[in-house]
Amino acid sequence: MSEVTAGGPPAHEGHAGPDEEPGGLTAGGQEPADPALSVAAVPHRVIGTPPPAAARTMLASEPDPQPEVQRELPADPPDLGRASKAERVVAACFIISMLAGIGFIVAYLAFQVHSVTGVLHSNLALGTAMSITFLALAVGATIWVRHLMPDVDLTEARKPMASAPADRAAFAETFTEGTEASQFVKRPLVRRTLIAATLPVALAPVLLLRDLGPLPEKSLDHTVWRQGIRLLIYGSNRPLKPADFASPGSMITVAPEGYQDNFDALAKAAVIIIKLRPEELQPPTVMNWTVDGIVAYSKICTHVGCPAALYEQTTHHILCPCHQSTFDAARGAQVIFGPATRALPQLPITTNAQGYLIAQSDFNEPVGPSYWERS
Amino acid sequence: MSVDRALGGVGGWLDDRFRGARGFRTLFRKIFPDHWSFLLGEIALYSFIILLLTGTFLTLWFQPSMTEITYHGSYLHLDGVKMSEAYASTLNISFDVRGGLLMRQIHHWAADLFVAAILVHMLRIFFTGAFRKPREINWLIGLTMFTLALIEGLFGYSLPDDLLSGAGLRITEGVLQSIPVVGTYLAFFLFGGPYPGHDIIPRFYILHVLVIPGLILALVSVHLFLMFHQKHTQMPGKGRTDQNVVGAPLYPYFLAKTGAFFFFTFAALAITSTFAQINPIWLYGPYNPVGISAGSQPDFYVGFLEGSLRMMPAWQTVIFGHTIAWNVFIPGLVPLGIIMTGAALWPFLEPWITGDHREHHVCDRPRNAPTRTAIGMTAVAFYGVLWLEGANDVIADHFDIPLYTTTVIARYAVFVVPIAAYIITKRICLGLQRKDLHLLEHGVETGIIRQLPSGEFIEETRPVSEDARAVLMSRQPALSLPPAEPDDGENVPAPGMRGAIGKTRSRLNQIMNESVPMDGGHGNGYGAPHGDGHDTAALGDGHEQPVSAAVVADGDPDEHPRS
Repeated sequence: MSEVTAGGPPAHEGHAGPDEEPGGLTAGGQEPADPALSVAAVPHRVIGTPPPAAARTMLASEPDPQPEVQRELPADPPDLGRASKAERVVAACFIISMLAGIGFIVAYLAFQVHSVTGVLHSNLALGTAMSITFLALAVGATIWVRHLMPDVDLTEARKPMASAPADRAAFAETFTEGTEASQFVKRPLVRRTLIAATLPVALAPVLLLRDLGPLPEKSLDHTVWRQGIRLLIYGSNRPLKPADFASPGSMITVAPEGYQDNFDALAKAAVIIIKLRPEELQPPTVMNWTVDGIVAYSKICTHVGCPAALYEQTTHHILCPCHQSTFDAARGAQVIFGPATRALPQLPITTNAQGYLIAQSDFNEPVGPSYWERS
Repeated sequence: MSVDRALGGVGGWLDDRFRGARGFRTLFRKIFPDHWSFLLGEIALYSFIILLLTGTFLTLWFQPSMTEITYHGSYLHLDGVKMSEAYASTLNISFDVRGGLLMRQIHHWAADLFVAAILVHMLRIFFTGAFRKPREINWLIGLTMFTLALIEGLFGYSLPDDLLSGAGLRITEGVLQSIPVVGTYLAFFLFGGPYPGHDIIPRFYILHVLVIPGLILALVSVHLFLMFHQKHTQMPGKGRTDQNVVGAPLYPYFLAKTGAFFFFTFAALAITSTFAQINPIWLYGPYNPVGISAGSQPDFYVGFLEGSLRMMPAWQTVIFGHTIAWNVFIPGLVPLGIIMTGAALWPFLEPWITGDHREHHVCDRPRNAPTRTAIGMTAVAFYGVLWLEGANDVIADHFDIPLYTTTVIARYAVFVVPIAAYIITKRICLGLQRKDLHLLEHGVETGIIRQLPSGEFIEETRPVSEDARAVLMSRQPALSLPPAEPDDGENVPAPGMRGAIGKTRSRLNQIMNESVPMDGGHGNGYGAPHGDGHDTAALGDGHEQPVSAAVVADGDPDEHPRS
């Protein structure tokens, strides 16, 4: 049973390659199952008379009578001494990999999670074991290829991608015949009605996506703020009195009372309030909408809607951390720098009978990023 | 022998049923050329496989739901905090599933590596001209996969519903809204109503785990099949021509190498994920539309969009009661549009300019296509400026530059730096060409100084090796286009060369073919014997179209090298 190696492939440049020896592959006295197989495999084999298939199967264990063709891949690397050394290194790598793999299993069983420290240790142990497993495998396999396998540089012919003209012509003929037989060109009524029939089907998927969401209508123009709603500190949900601000200080995020946990509402209605010295407030800040130097602006950046959350006390600058649009809190939150085009809308606020800060009304313009319907 | 028995047994059994002997023999002997840069695409492929493996693991626990729950899990700092099920289940994967955090981190790092490998792989293809005929379609498939990978990444990091990913979603909503006429509708359809709603996570989930990976998988298969069918390109070298492919066979060499490389990729990701934390969502906290943290940075591959949004001046038009937010619409659409459209058109534009419609299977050395290389570097510089501006707050912080100054610089740099990159790259390429010619003409310096009997000192050189010479001589002379204006004033210009378009083409052709003349200005003085078959082949004497020798010298006369 040495046919496969003995009949080894000659250089396959230029021609399609040697016979695949179906007798060899189906050895054991079987006839080739499919006569077409041997016929298909034979033609490019030899110019002379091929030995009959039956004779070959009978001689299956005999050495191939054909002269040995030079093999393309050498069986061994030139320096066998170095190869044996490499073999040991490769084996060592694979053993390290196996040990690390076992280590992974052990680490999985030994390290429990459910706590930050537990996760820390588990991640370190599992990750290290996994890293070594794969790294040792990779290194071992690389040394194997480079130092155990003999060096080869084979050349394979590359034909132009285009088919031979005869093949193209034959295909064109087949295609034309098929097209003619289909009557598709000859009978425009069929063709056009078929196209007409597919149009509604093509539109259906677009139509079916219509219920993905409601139409925006006017919903972007308004927020949930309206007259009398108290301003609650976001997070602690406490209502605010002007006296809570001892001195001009930092920025506080507030939410409309009743909507503190409503993300859809907050995505538009989030507000920042800032206490300034009354003389610091300048137009275009609307003074009637402030209380005691306390001014309220929309927190939703007019650029693309990130929360404008950074405040610098000394300069009264509000900065949006996403794209660095900067607004002047003392001057109606006008844009000082950055890509935003509009000032942060100012929320009209006042105090109610109990002295809590409340809204006078909704914003008098849409908050957040620009959109087509915004006028 | 056991090999034979296995072949006769299993192999025979299979072959009886599928007739595979011939096909598999050809397959096993298929030649794969070798070069380090050919591994870049493999990194992308293996990252993708690792993404599929780790991603499947994560889906076993992840809950794509925005239903609000109160957390009572192992991460005590967030005990009692209200959050979405998506966020809570991500905490659960991180803190209560053994290996969960490792898998999450490998998944995230692999996503970054995936996009990075695609980017660098694309640059390799571009700079070596591997997109040329017959591989244009595969280039387009690659571009599509790159776009899909960006979207896939964006959707993926939105899923945990943490504060940082929420900022990304909010920006996505803002950019969508800026699209004239349909923007608001698109945003409402995507989010199932007003932002943030309760639909976006489940919707992104199915797109992220099924639709987009499915598309990528299908395209990867076609991509690889075409690579296989057309045979891989090869780097120039001795005996390598457009009519052959030189390398090692699939079995066992390529299989073993690529298997090793898969494990290298996996090991690199495992090491990174063990020692470098990524996306610690428990530190960011659950999403709410009110909060944000300073220094919010997206994953690196979205950085260029972030940068373009940051550097755009505040332009906006209100017309007939409608608002067009140029400040968002332009940076959201234009940079990606320029890069992707340019990249998609280039494989068709270049042959139109050069008239080169031949098949190319030997890669160009980037220096040998100076204009293409320069254009590629222009794109890299453009992208690079946008990307750096996307991290301008970090740069301002670390280098102590005022924040606004970085943005002002970027606004100019985005125009200036790409132009400078073009000019500099082209000069470098031409310089390298001269260096190559010099090596060919004068050989390699040996460092040996010899005194002649006359007393003169000369430095000895030796001719470059055969292999090096084949590489140095791999530059193909440019093809000639029919002239736009025949010089004799009588002949009619060739079709396709008439009018403004023809003149443009002619001018572009001149720019495109700017190179140092190959004969170095004094005939075939390569300083070494020639006429050897390999070298003539390496010169690429146009097997489909005749090459005009005249155009070889068609360069700026000033660019002749010193002789």
